[in-house]
Amino acid sequence: MPTRTFLWFVLPTLTAMILFIALPIVSVIIQSLHIEHEQVLVTTESCGPFGCEETTRVDLEATEVLRAERPLGQFNGMNTYLGRSHLAVQELREAWATTETFGEFLSRIYNLKFYRALSFTLVYTAVVTPFVLVLGLAIAIGVNQLPRVVRGPSIFVSLLPFLVTPLVGSLILFWMVDGDGIIGATLQWLFDDPSLSLKASAGLTWGTLIFYGIWHTLPFSFIVFYAGLQTVPTDPLEAARIDGASAWQQLRHIIVPHLMPLVAFVTLMLLMDNFRVFEPIVSFSAEAHATSLSWIIFNDLRESGNPLHGSAGATSVLTIIGVVFLLMPVLIRTWRDFKGRRV
Amino acid sequence: MAAGKQINPAVLISTALVVLWLIVAAFPFMWTIWGSFKVQADFFSKADWTNALYGVFTAEDTGGPFTWRGYFGAWIQEEFWRAALNSFIVVFFTVIISLTFGTLGGYALARSGRNYAFWILMAALVFRAMPHITLVSGYLLPFFEWNIWGILPTTIIVLVAINQPFTLWMLHSFFLNIPKDLDESAMVDGCSRFEAFRRVIIPVMWPGVVTTGLFSFLLAYNDFTVTSLLLSEQNETMIPAIESFLGTTQVEGNVMFAVAAVVSATVPLFILILFFQRQIVSGLTAGAVKG
Repeated sequence: MPTRTFLWFVLPTLTAMILFIALPIVSVIIQSLHIEHEQVLVTTESCGPFGCEETTRVDLEATEVLRAERPLGQFNGMNTYLGRSHLAVQELREAWATTETFGEFLSRIYNLKFYRALSFTLVYTAVVTPFVLVLGLAIAIGVNQLPRVVRGPSIFVSLLPFLVTPLVGSLILFWMVDGDGIIGATLQWLFDDPSLSLKASAGLTWGTLIFYGIWHTLPFSFIVFYAGLQTVPTDPLEAARIDGASAWQQLRHIIVPHLMPLVAFVTLMLLMDNFRVFEPIVSFSAEAHATSLSWIIFNDLRESGNPLHGSAGATSVLTIIGVVFLLMPVLIRTWRDFKGRRV
Repeated sequence: MAAGKQINPAVLISTALVVLWLIVAAFPFMWTIWGSFKVQADFFSKADWTNALYGVFTAEDTGGPFTWRGYFGAWIQEEFWRAALNSFIVVFFTVIISLTFGTLGGYALARSGRNYAFWILMAALVFRAMPHITLVSGYLLPFFEWNIWGILPTTIIVLVAINQPFTLWMLHSFFLNIPKDLDESAMVDGCSRFEAFRRVIIPVMWPGVVTTGLFSFLLAYNDFTVTSLLLSEQNETMIPAIESFLGTTQVEGNVMFAVAAVVSATVPLFILILFFQRQIVSGLTAGAVKG
C-alpha cells in the first residue's frame, strides 16, 4: 500500500492516539515539574491607640489572578519527585542511617505514601498473576473433561466475574464480606468474635483485595487456556498414553509445553491489568490499609476543589516508568524478532 | 477402556474444583440480585442470614416478601435514569466511532508491509499498557483551561482514543485473515484502494467488527476512571453515579438504593453474555492463539 493511502486510512486513529494518549503523557511530565502556587500573602500594619500591629492575611483575589494567569503553577524542578510524598529521598537516607535492622528499615519506608502504594501494587500483581495462571489452567482442564452439554453453561457462569464492571463486581463482594453481610457475619459466627471485620487489619484487607483480584481475572486465563486445549494435538497424547504416561505426566510433558505461548500472552495481559489495580480499593474503601499507585493519583486529582496536578503528575510518571519496566522483556523480544526477520 | 469403570481420582478432583469455582463465580450475583428485592435489615442481617432468603423484615415493612423499594429509590428518587441515559449516549457513540477509526486503521496496518506499520502496532501495545488514570491526570488541566471539562463529547472522544490500541490490534489480526487477493483483484479491476475497501472488504468484515465492538462496549460501559474524573455531576454515567450513591446513601441508610443500582447496571452485561458468548470467547482468544 502506498504511504499516501496508508496515511489517509490511519489518520483518524493516529490523531486520536496522539492527541489523547501521547500528548497527555507529555502533559503529565510537564505538570510533574510544576507545583501549585502558594497563596499570596499581604502584610498590613494597622496602628491603633495601643501601638502598631502587623497582620498577615491571604490575598484571595491576587491568588486567583495568579492561578488564572499561570494555571500550571510555578516551576519546581525535580522537587516533587524527591519530596516526602513521592520518592522521599531524604527520609530514605535518614531511615537507612537510623535503623538497626533491615526489617525496621522496611517498616519505616512502608509509612511513606508512595512506597506504601507501591508495595501493595507489587504484592497484588505478584500474588494474583501466578494464582490466576495456575487455577485458570486447572479449571480449563476440568471443564475440558466435562460432558459437552455442561461446558457452554459453565463458560457462561465463568464469564460473569470477568466482564462485570470492576467497581460493581468489587461492591458485590464487599457487601458480602462486610460485617453485616453473609460472609462477614458467618465468619464472625465461626470464630465467635463479633468484632471480627475484614476491614480491620491490613492483612485481612490485602487478602480480600487479592481474593477479589483472583475472582475477577481468573476467567480470562481459564477461557484462553480452554481454547488452547482444543488445539492440543491428539497423536502425541495417545502415544504417551500407550507408553504408560500418567495423567500428570501427560499434562507436564505435552499439554503445558503446547500451551506455553499462551502462558506468555496471558502473563503479559495480567501483569498490565493487575498493575493498574484501582477500583476495588474504591469499592472496599480500603484506603486505610491498602492503596495502589493508581489510587493515589486518583486521590490527588479528587482533592476537593484543589486538585494536586503536580503531585498526581509525578506519581503518573513514576507509574509509567514501572509499566515500561514490566513490558521490557516483551518489547526486547519483539524487537529481536523484528530484527531477525529483516536479516 | 478398562479404566473407564473405576472412578478416576484425578477426574474427581478436577470436577470438584470446577464445581467450586462455578459456585464462587455465580453465588455473589445470585445473592445480590435476590437481596436487592429486600429491605436493608434483611440483606444486611447480622443476626440470621436466612432473613435475606425469606425476607422477614421485608414482609414486616412492606407486606410482601419482595419489594421494589430499592429500585424505586434509585431510579426515581435519586434519578438513576439520568445516569443510565448518559451511559447509553457515551457507550453508543464510543462504540460507533471506535469501530470506524479502528476498521480503517486496522485494515491499513494489515495490508501495509512497511516498517512504520510495525512501529505503530508496537506503540499501540505500549499505549494499551498505560494505566488510564495516568492519562486522565494529563487531561484535567488542559480540559479545564479550554472549558471542555465535564461534557459528554469530551468523554466520548477520550474513551475512543483509549480504546484505539486494543481495537487496532484486534481488527488488524482479523483483516490479516481476510485473503489479500480479495481486495487486490478488485483493484486490478479498476477500483481505488478506498473503493476496494468499501465494496469488497466492508461486506465481509462484520464478524470481526461485531467481536471488536463487544469489547469496545465493555470498555466504555465498565469505565470508572475516565467518567468519574471527566464528567460533571449532571452528566454522570452509571458507574460513577453508583460510586456517588455510596457516599450519600450510606449516611442516610439507603444502601439498598445502591444495591438496586448495582443490579440494574449488571443486567445489560448478563444479556450481552447470554447472546454473544461465542463472540466474546473468540475475541478473548483471538490475540492469544495467533501468538
